[in-house]
Amino acid sequence: MSATALAPSPSAPAPALTKKVLTADHPTWCPGCGDFAVLASFYRVLEKLNYPHEKIVTFAGIGCSSRFPYFVNTHGGHFIHGRALPFAAGISLGNEDLHVFVFGGDGDGFSIGGNHLVHTARKNPRMTYVIMDNSVYGLTKKQTSPTSPIGFKSKTDPWGAIDQPINPMRTLLNSGATFVARSHATQVNHMTEMMLRAARHDGFSVVEILSECVEFFEGAFDAAIPRKGGAWKLVDEKKNDGTPEDEARHDVTDEVAAFKLAQQAWPGSFGVFYENKTRKTKNALEAELVAKTRERTKNASDLALLQASFARLR
Amino acid sequence: MVSANTPETPGGAGNPTATPRSIHDVVIRLAGNSQDGIQSIGGFLARLAGRSDQDIMTYMTIPSTISGGPSIFQVRMGTGEILSAGDRADMLVAFYQHSYEAHIGSLRPGGVLLYDADHVKPTSDDNRFTQVAVPITTGTVEAVGGTSKDKGKNIYVMGVIARIFDLDVAKLGALIKERFGGKNEDIVRNALLAFDAGYAWPQNNLRDLFYRFEAIDHAIVTSGRPQVTLDGNTALAYGLLAGGVRHGAGYPITPWSSIMETLRTELPKYGGLFVQCEDEIAAISTAIGFSYTGNLAITGSSGPGLSLKMEALGWATMAEMPLIVVNVQRGGPSTGMPTNVEQSDLLQAIYGSHGDVPRVVLAPKNVEDCFYIAIEATRLAREYSTPVLILTDMALSSRIEAFDEPELPKLMVSPKADLSDRGADFKPYPLDRITRHAPAGSKVLSGKYPTVTGLEHDELGHPTGSPALHTKMTAKRREKIKALAASLPAPELTGDTAGDVLLVTWGSTWGPGREAIGRVRATGVKAGHLHIRHIHPLPNGLDDTFARYKKIVVAEINDEGLYGFGQLTMMLRARYANPAIVSITKTDGLTFKVSEIVAGIAARVQSSALDATLNAAGLSVLAQKS
Repeated sequence: MSATALAPSPSAPAPALTKKVLTADHPTWCPGCGDFAVLASFYRVLEKLNYPHEKIVTFAGIGCSSRFPYFVNTHGGHFIHGRALPFAAGISLGNEDLHVFVFGGDGDGFSIGGNHLVHTARKNPRMTYVIMDNSVYGLTKKQTSPTSPIGFKSKTDPWGAIDQPINPMRTLLNSGATFVARSHATQVNHMTEMMLRAARHDGFSVVEILSECVEFFEGAFDAAIPRKGGAWKLVDEKKNDGTPEDEARHDVTDEVAAFKLAQQAWPGSFGVFYENKTRKTKNALEAELVAKTRERTKNASDLALLQASFARLR
Repeated sequence: MVSANTPETPGGAGNPTATPRSIHDVVIRLAGNSQDGIQSIGGFLARLAGRSDQDIMTYMTIPSTISGGPSIFQVRMGTGEILSAGDRADMLVAFYQHSYEAHIGSLRPGGVLLYDADHVKPTSDDNRFTQVAVPITTGTVEAVGGTSKDKGKNIYVMGVIARIFDLDVAKLGALIKERFGGKNEDIVRNALLAFDAGYAWPQNNLRDLFYRFEAIDHAIVTSGRPQVTLDGNTALAYGLLAGGVRHGAGYPITPWSSIMETLRTELPKYGGLFVQCEDEIAAISTAIGFSYTGNLAITGSSGPGLSLKMEALGWATMAEMPLIVVNVQRGGPSTGMPTNVEQSDLLQAIYGSHGDVPRVVLAPKNVEDCFYIAIEATRLAREYSTPVLILTDMALSSRIEAFDEPELPKLMVSPKADLSDRGADFKPYPLDRITRHAPAGSKVLSGKYPTVTGLEHDELGHPTGSPALHTKMTAKRREKIKALAASLPAPELTGDTAGDVLLVTWGSTWGPGREAIGRVRATGVKAGHLHIRHIHPLPNGLDDTFARYKKIVVAEINDEGLYGFGQLTMMLRARYANPAIVSITKTDGLTFKVSEIVAGIAARVQSSALDATLNAAGLSVLAQKS
């Protein structure tokens, strides 16, 4: 190709990301599914963040919500059930420049992938994990999920669920995730704000979004929908304005206070429960390790390094 | 007094009147407890052999308990090519009564039993062996003195061995200094004192027991490159480094762990990264995540761990992701015999996982090959955008061999993720070409970004339920592996190129197989040896090779199964529908003895000469050559 004046220079600003650019396959979700709103909200988040298009990665495990990456035109994919987090950790650690988003459901995150959640949080790689919690297995058509409330009638518990459900917020806080927030699929502005803050957090950030399955658990989250008689209660975050009323507000860096929020009676509060800005990411810690090691080996070439290893075995 | 530190006694020929008897090779089995440091005697002897143009092969067992417990190290060293660790020992060094009792059966009649007189009381009327009582414990304590108790017994024994086999004490002394040089001077001095005391003991007590290895023909043997001495797991890890692997993830399991330990330590030097994960599944998932960013990654495990990785491995096949998976086989099923060898993961490696998963399985034949096969695996994974499994085993993982230092400048691969722009016509899964992924981070000029997926998909990676497309995509995944098969070199064939019997081996059975076929041919039987490194897909043309022999005997360390055939044998019979293909299998957790393979062939081939050989005594090195 010959160089022409018309060819865009590499430094020209990329066109802004718009919903049109970001839209891919038509969602396969049922009409009325809460996940549509999460998707719409995610488009807005990406529009606002306006990262270079090729540096965004959208990944997922298995479940209704995990179809997400097909509907977003970014690099991305659809992995096996429950294992999207370790996969995404590989992406995040494999290329520092990427912005990694993982979507999944309550079965993916709290059941089959429960241990990965704990250990990804422990390692704190830079990425954002959105759990679309519908409290039921939808893709397999109504079995009890780890967040189904006691008494919920499913095909595996026709007489009503008997096992204690997981408290997602408590589980997430306990895992050591460095950003934990909660939202509701009927609140698009709030979801957008939560996902934006999560994306901007330097570390492993998790947003749990209550997203109703209209087919198999209708009305699951009505208790937090005002027009259905519920209560929409926001976390009142500390503003650090020195006023007396600020004393009573929630300090997002206070882990104990966050646990107290997580203990509130259903439907509880929505917002940022916890944020830890001091813990280093695995990305940073590994980079430090590399830098220190490279300094010790005086930035020797790959060939020189391996030659030295063999020389020690003579 | 003869001393390693006295330069005027080079070669240690301390007694000018004693004449060493010439031997070709020797098998020494050291049996003690794991804390006695007998592995390090093996390590010293191996490195000495590597520096002396002698060939060596070691065999090590480590107990699965954390510390303590019996442990053995068998070293075979000699002139020329050493192919197996030796069927029976020419010398047994027994540190304890239990060592004596457990291993006296491994000593050939006429061999030398050398035992610690302070701990062992051998059956005194047993005159099958030359019994030599050495005060190993008191000798060490006297030599070293102070508070170190009997620490250094291993070095004392090495001194004894050095004198008996006329080893190069100057080189051994240098090795001791290198090994302990990082520690304080007392330790080096104590080690040298123990060595000297051990060396002096046979000098003063055992003048008849004096051997020297045959002179070596340098024109034939040396490559001009120095010899390096290492175990199979280290060789494999270094091969991955040479092949440009800079990312990986794993979970500890014996005997795979030392590969991940090496990579975790080495990779940061190369700007890379190895992640220790919470489990086997997370490990393979993280590794595939690395590969997705354009950095070919490695994960690995041993038998049970490989089973846990199978679902994700199925995904990598479906999504056509390059990946290296190492499986260090051990005795199975389940926890089985975790510190023993077996070749029973072959079918799992090829067919494990669900659905139709054509994949690539390679198996190294010796320690040196662990290095080269790792490089080959990285090339194949990249070229064909596919997972590649390396099936090594417990025996290869821990045994030490010496080989020519690799020509690294010719072998090193530069590992840059290809994040260049992809054209407007980019498709991750083109039906007419091999998949070349656009790693996350690369710009796609059409503005249409690809998805990688485990769902059946169209050329752009979007899900499809189309029956026609599933057929086409299944064929796409199959055909690329067939193309890979067509690119493979013919396997190594030695001995007669046609005749009575063809011995087929894979993995670490190469060495004993090759030695066995030499013995079979010496009886006049027309026999060849085919060694298969590319287990799946098989190289083309094997049917023609098989057709030239009356019997094809496959030796493998696994069970004959419900239908009477080992795992590779089953594959070969299914592939070539040749009823002349039969098995020699075994499940004792040990590597093949040469004599077991010879006997297996004899049982399947009519030859009175071969039968007569079998009836004769086994390997008899010290006595025969004297």
